[in-house]
Amino acid sequence: MNITDLFEETVSALTVNKMRSGLTMLGIIIGIASVIAMISIGQGAQGSIESSIQSIGSNLILVMPGFARGVGTQISTGRGSAQTLTQEDADALQKEVTGAKAIAPETSRRYQVTARGTNTNTQITGTNESYPEVRNVEVDTGSFITDQNVQQLSKVAVLGPTTRDDLFGVGTSPIGESIRINNINFKVIGVTKSKGGTGFGNQDDVIYIPISVAQKFLAGNNGVSTISVEATSQNDMVQVQSQITNVLLKRHNIGDPAQADFQVLNQQDIIATASSVTNIFTILLASVAGISLVVGGIGIMNMMLTTVTERTREIGLRKAIGATKKDISWQFLAESFMLTFLGGAVGIILGWLISFGVSKLAGIPTKVSLLSIVLAFGVSAVIGIIFGYYPARRAAKLNPIEALRYE
Amino acid sequence: MVEAGVLLVEEEIEQLADNTMIECKDIVKIYTSGDHETKVLKGVSFDIKDGEFVAIMGPSGSGKSTLMHILGALDTPTTGTYFLDNKDVSKLSDDELAAVRKNKIGFVFQSYNLLPRATVLRNVMLPLMYAGVSKQTREEKAIEALIAAGMPDDRWHHHSNQLSGGQMQRVAIARALVNNPSLILADEPTGNLDSKTGEIVLGTFQKLNEEKKCTIILITHELYVAEHADRIIHIKDGDIIKDEKNIKRRVIENHNQ
Repeated sequence: MNITDLFEETVSALTVNKMRSGLTMLGIIIGIASVIAMISIGQGAQGSIESSIQSIGSNLILVMPGFARGVGTQISTGRGSAQTLTQEDADALQKEVTGAKAIAPETSRRYQVTARGTNTNTQITGTNESYPEVRNVEVDTGSFITDQNVQQLSKVAVLGPTTRDDLFGVGTSPIGESIRINNINFKVIGVTKSKGGTGFGNQDDVIYIPISVAQKFLAGNNGVSTISVEATSQNDMVQVQSQITNVLLKRHNIGDPAQADFQVLNQQDIIATASSVTNIFTILLASVAGISLVVGGIGIMNMMLTTVTERTREIGLRKAIGATKKDISWQFLAESFMLTFLGGAVGIILGWLISFGVSKLAGIPTKVSLLSIVLAFGVSAVIGIIFGYYPARRAAKLNPIEALRYE
Repeated sequence: MVEAGVLLVEEEIEQLADNTMIECKDIVKIYTSGDHETKVLKGVSFDIKDGEFVAIMGPSGSGKSTLMHILGALDTPTTGTYFLDNKDVSKLSDDELAAVRKNKIGFVFQSYNLLPRATVLRNVMLPLMYAGVSKQTREEKAIEALIAAGMPDDRWHHHSNQLSGGQMQRVAIARALVNNPSLILADEPTGNLDSKTGEIVLGTFQKLNEEKKCTIILITHELYVAEHADRIIHIKDGDIIKDEKNIKRRVIENHNQ
């Protein structure tokens, strides 16, 4: 019995009862389609979260005050609340970290801001000229803070688009206008482009001023809340990270890295953390879908067992005319394999259509990956073999005499 | 002179061997269920020559079905030997038995056992598929067998469940013939047919025996059916009680009706 014969026998056996074969296949189709659709939704969500983290800046390392994880102190004042980083630390990093392309220290706090009869409460970020490059901020109109502004303590401000809308109205040009922050007048010199409100808070609701001004006139100290460092390349990240740690440990006179009073966060770490969350989400969705795949497999086994019983006499005849056990078991295995194979193929198309529909209608980004297709197809093939094996073996083991007598 | 004598004996043995298709010696079959042993065949011995048309006759429970299963290599005897075509079949494994059935035996059953919803041609070609015959040859051989079994050619592409009982049995005969078996085993082939159709089927067997020199074993409980064969082996309670040449042989004249 060669492959072509096996194929023809299988096709004719399955087409004898089209309704039953179709319904059995439906179980697998639904299973595979939901696995593909769920994984695509999960991976799409992961992709969009990753890209929103990437939008903060590329090759970014964040240095923040606070306590490193796992230190045995009883009371923590909270991450980032400690004032352990100073302008001098930032300057030292600027000088000593060789793999850094740009360094932007910042100090942020919320203040009440007024302008011509309107007012709002927003985040005031004091920073330097490197900030746009390091944090992927683009200027829409006007210009960003310059090095000169920082040196000369210029009271100038760059508005985020949301803040501009709140203070001056949508679509207006506030350049040259003045605003009051904490009773100090600032001149508006630019507006940044919108970054969208996804990910870490609304990055559009902000006012940038020179860091020196923020420290001297608003905060009253030279503390720094975050130092953003952009490494020259992805490969330098680890090296830059350890350089930063070493410089700061030395400056803060701390011998044991575990006792560090600052933390260095790698952007990749943030992405990894977010990804692990979405991964769990994806696995959860996929395993719910996987259950339906198993149910579909059981449907196949059920049909195959019924078929074997119904066709007992046929099996007896085939054995009488010379079919070996192997011939018989291959025949039934091929039938269940073909059911899952066809079901898998249709399921992949259906799953792809579902994920396409979800991204079109519900606006959730989806991504059908090759991996999920291979996975679903592999699983369906395995299900076909596993759930077809037992019925096939039962058929092959039938005694031809008893099978021929079966009523 | 001594040498010549030895040669002669060898020749005789060869001739004998050539002529003997089936050689059964002391075939015993015991079925055990729990503690209970049933001796269905109690030491049956007989020979069947190539080209013979033999009927094995006996009432139900006589052991004739069990004997048929052993002759058809569907089962093996508990003790005793069974040579088919000079090959000992009595101690083979399941797969070896399958190979014997595939190459040497053609079955015709009382209930036809055709594949429903499959065409007549496909049913006849089925044994050739397991025998690994190429597709082209399969159809040629199947058509040859259908003609030999007297199946009208306008029915070849019908599905088997659209045929009458007599036609179905002729398809089954064609299927048994298709692989040129050494032996055709027919188990109550007329059991489900009316007497007229039954006669046509028996006529087909006679014709195959005469014209194609097929060796045929017919298992039946009816004397009337058995009388179509050349020789009748009477079996009762697991023993052969009579093995005789059939003198009142019934001959069906119009084979292809």
